[in-house]
Amino acid sequence: MLRGLSFGASEGEALHVRGPNGTGKTTLLRTLAGFLWPEEGELYWMGERVERDRDRYCADLAYLGHENAMKADLTPRENLRYMNGVRHPTSAGDIDAALQRLAVHGQRDLPFRSLSAGQRRRVAMARVLLARARLWLLDEPFTNLDVGGVRELSSVIADHVRIGGIAILTAHADLDLPGVALRRLELT
Amino acid sequence: MSAVPAPVLPATAASSRPAHGLGTGLVRAAWLVFERDVRLAFRRWEQVTQPVVFFVMVATLFPLALSPTSQLMQAIAPGILWVAALLSALLALESLFRNDLDDGTLEQLALSGQPLGWLLLSKTLAHWVLSGLPLVLTAPVVAVALAAPAEAVGVLMISLVLGTGILSFLGATGAALTLGTRRGSVLLSLLVLPLAMPVLIFGARATDLAIRGDEPGGALLLLTAMLILSASLAPLATSAAVRISLE
Repeated sequence: MLRGLSFGASEGEALHVRGPNGTGKTTLLRTLAGFLWPEEGELYWMGERVERDRDRYCADLAYLGHENAMKADLTPRENLRYMNGVRHPTSAGDIDAALQRLAVHGQRDLPFRSLSAGQRRRVAMARVLLARARLWLLDEPFTNLDVGGVRELSSVIADHVRIGGIAILTAHADLDLPGVALRRLELT
Repeated sequence: MSAVPAPVLPATAASSRPAHGLGTGLVRAAWLVFERDVRLAFRRWEQVTQPVVFFVMVATLFPLALSPTSQLMQAIAPGILWVAALLSALLALESLFRNDLDDGTLEQLALSGQPLGWLLLSKTLAHWVLSGLPLVLTAPVVAVALAAPAEAVGVLMISLVLGTGILSFLGATGAALTLGTRRGSVLLSLLVLPLAMPVLIFGARATDLAIRGDEPGGALLLLTAMLILSASLAPLATSAAVRISLE
């Protein structure tokens, strides 16, 4: 599907992957996350091939896919405690702070199923925020978000990039990340 | 820079690479996966009770259909108990990984930086606690209803602990392999049933020997050996199968 693609991203950089539907944006992100192996070519992280130390790469990586990876029967707090706790110890205070940052603090003890689609996306983004990862791979993070949500999420991503993180994201709309130099990768 | 709120979480990105406290990290991760599945099951109670109800129903229908003399019952009780247990274990398997695949949880577990096989082993144990253990606990009641002598109940429970354990491990591999197919339950049965035959044979044999008042040790030891074998190999096969299904 994807051919002749070569790019890199370094600390403090946001890379916006764009392109019409079906051009392989999700495939590209899933390849970067290590779910798919490229038929040809290599994936490098910090100068080393990812295959050589996959666990280390995973510890540096936070991936937000199309699905939110949350259980409908658990509350946002429980969901985050389990999903982030598997990676590293996550305190209730950290979880509350992340939910507050994404403005879904008020829904923290409601079942995930009762949240609106936009609130679910915010909780899923709180998981990324809590992952303590340098590299964020975000597949359509702005789906279902309202205007305020887009602004808040943009500022979360911008903050991550500004303190030395890397964000690679797909989005259909133009991005406005305050104070961050944005690079574009157009797929055709 | 505009008025951007300061990050609430200090230094999410650059600084903190979590130190790999391997031992404790593995135990914590496994426990969280286990606790999560158990808690989810308690929120959806009908999923847990379904295999048990099936087991009790099938096993108690036989005395109604056959002539309920205690001699005949004693002769066929091991077979009925074990076939019912096997079918009910199969019934519970389909949902083992399916929901987690659909909602993206398996992706996140694969990216957690913890060994996937270890996390899936924990999931399999949770599955056993939720589907195998209830069978073990209800088996004495069903066995008494089938006129099995009280002395045989202990052996029946031990053999079921071993047998349902093996079925959970085999079934986890089967469930992971059939994740790619949309309706995998028939395929899953076809995959798991042939491998489960030895469990049925030796489990029923141990129960039969106990009911007759003989020494069931040999069959139980064979079941134990099979449990150890499946517990050590199944997580590797399961994680490989799950990774393929994530592609």
